[in-house]
Parts: sequence; structure tokens; C-alpha cells
Amino acid sequence: MSDQSGIGDFALHVALLSLIAVGGVNTIVPELHRQVVEVQGALTSQQFADLFAIGQAAPGPNVLFVTLIGWQLAGATGALLTAAALCIPTCTVAYFVTRVWDRFKHAPWRVATEVGVVPVTIGFVAASALLIAQAADGSVTAFAITAGTAAFSYFSKFNPVWALAVAAALGFAGVV
Amino acid sequence: MSSMPESLPAGGGLAHPVPSLAELLLGFLSVALSGFGGVMPFARREFVERRRWLDEREFAEALALCQFLPGPNIVNMSVIVGSRFRGVAGAMAAATGLVVVPLFIMMACGALYARYGDLEVLRGPLAGLAAGAAGLLVAMAAKMVMPLVRERKASPLLFALAGFVAVGLLRLPLYWVVLVLAPLSIGWAWWKLR
Repeated sequence: MSDQSGIGDFALHVALLSLIAVGGVNTIVPELHRQVVEVQGALTSQQFADLFAIGQAAPGPNVLFVTLIGWQLAGATGALLTAAALCIPTCTVAYFVTRVWDRFKHAPWRVATEVGVVPVTIGFVAASALLIAQAADGSVTAFAITAGTAAFSYFSKFNPVWALAVAAALGFAGVV
Repeated sequence: MSSMPESLPAGGGLAHPVPSLAELLLGFLSVALSGFGGVMPFARREFVERRRWLDEREFAEALALCQFLPGPNIVNMSVIVGSRFRGVAGAMAAATGLVVVPLFIMMACGALYARYGDLEVLRGPLAGLAAGAAGLLVAMAAKMVMPLVRERKASPLLFALAGFVAVGLLRLPLYWVVLVLAPLSIGWAWWKLR
């Protein structure tokens, strides 16, 4: 548990990061991890991976896992503050951009920006994958679960939550 | 230039049903609650196939905009769809429907984790879940990178690799990496498009 300034710092980071999280919030997982685990030392890497996983498994937007970190830092207030920091700035930007977006449909800068952000996003998502895998895969079986879930999600059209359910069941059975 | 291009049906001239505020809220709520393991596929089914608020092309365009906008894609989708039909109030209704109930569920999870996360009986399932969640991220990165690999786009692949090394291996602060890498990558795309 951290003091109130801890949650204030964290909420501010979430607000700023959400504004540079082009391509979705999975791109900012490494920076959240860096802040919370490596700089603030408020959570262990394993706790971080746990919370990320709960966010993937729970109903609703996966991004809300960030509010779980807020909860760990400062309880219900922390979670609500984090949710507000996560949603309000980006919703405001989205609202104003969507009103003018069609006007620039064929503008070269728009096309270049759309094309240009994709590779950067991919690199960050891959970094997120590495980070969560490093935190979660302490054993050969855990690594096998990661590989199996990745293959299932990549190759099949089924909802990946089934793979998560199997992963949790294997963990419960004690094989991880 | 029309002052309200967003209120016109952009599809083949077919009139879409125009959802009320309550329908926007409930539509996004139902999507949020059915969306175990990611919401976007459910959003497509609900809004394109079931409720017919958008056609396929409009949904694809909205999705492209979501991916371009900073922040959570699905939250941006709620703002885009809500404001398209009902302005500011519509955006708020849709975003509220999407976020509030899942937020309370997540807070309950947070409370349980804070209290019981250390229990031995939960270690196994959580460890399995975390290993699985890592796999989902691996698959997501693979799905995104494969089109570039197939088309042998060397420079974008280099930018992706640079982002991965800087953030994943060197653990550099994301802000600086974005500030350096995004202009380079966008500038490169601009130069190729000319």
C-alpha cells in the first residue's frame, strides 16, 4: 500500500500514457510496469502479472485492469481515480477528433500517420508480451501454457477466454 | 463542406435505426458484459449484425479511427458511435454503459485480490491465468506483425523491432521512445507515400 501522493502520481501517469497509447492500452503495459514495479516498487512483478491476467479474464474492456493497480495503491478511491484518468482525457480527444476526422479522409498526413503508427504499436505490444511472460513464466509448464494459449488465440476463431479458462484450471490442478 | 457530415448515413443510403440514449447505454452495457476476454468482436456482432446501427464498412472505418486515436480502443468506439447518433450526450451514455458496470466488477476483483491474492489456493489458478494472458499478448503481437512479414516490409519491421528492443529489452521510458520513434516512422510513411 502506498500513500495518497502515490495514487496521485499514478493517476497522472495513466492520464498522460492513455494520451500516447495509440493502438490500444496494451502498448503502455511496459511503462505501467516500469512505473509501478520498477520505480515506485508498489507491486511485485508477479502481482502485476496477476492483475493483468484478472483484467483479461473479467468481463468488460480489458483495459480496466489498470484500475486494479489503482485499487492496490489506494483502494476504491484509487480504482475510481484511475478509471477517470484512463477514460476522461481520451474520451474528450476521441469526441473532438471524430467530428473532424472525415474531413481529412484523403489528407496525406492522415494516411501517413495511420500507416506510420502501426509498426511502433507492434513493437510495444510485443514488449508487453515479453514483460508479462517474464513475470508469469517461472516454470517450463507455465511457458508451455503461454505457448499453447498463443497458438490457440492465433490459429483458432474461438474466444480466447476458453484458453484462459484451461490455463487457470491447469494452474488449479497444480501443474504450473 | 456540409456542417454535419457525421449525421448522414455514410453507407449505401440505407436508413439505419437511430438509437436513443437509453439504447446506446444498454447496447454498450450488453457488449461489455458479454465481452469476456476482449470486447471488440462482440461490439461488431451487436452493432453491425444485431442492432444494425452501422454497416460493415462504417464499423471498419470506426475501428480504424479507434486504432489511430490514443487510449482504449473500445472506449473510443463508444465515443465515436455515441456521438455519431446523439452528440455529447450520446457519447457519454455509450461510454457510461461500457465502463461503469465492468468497473464495479473489476473493483470487486481488486478487493478480493487485495484480501485473498496471497492465499495458497489461488496461487495456482492465478499463475496459470497469467501465463495464459501472456500468450494472448504474444498472439496479438503476432497477428499484427504477420501482414508486414508477408509483404516483406523491411523498414516498418525495423521500426517495430526498435520499439520492442527499446521498451521490452532496454526498458526505456515509453514517452521518449514514442517521441523519437513515432515521428521517424510517420515521416518514413509520408516519404513512401509521396
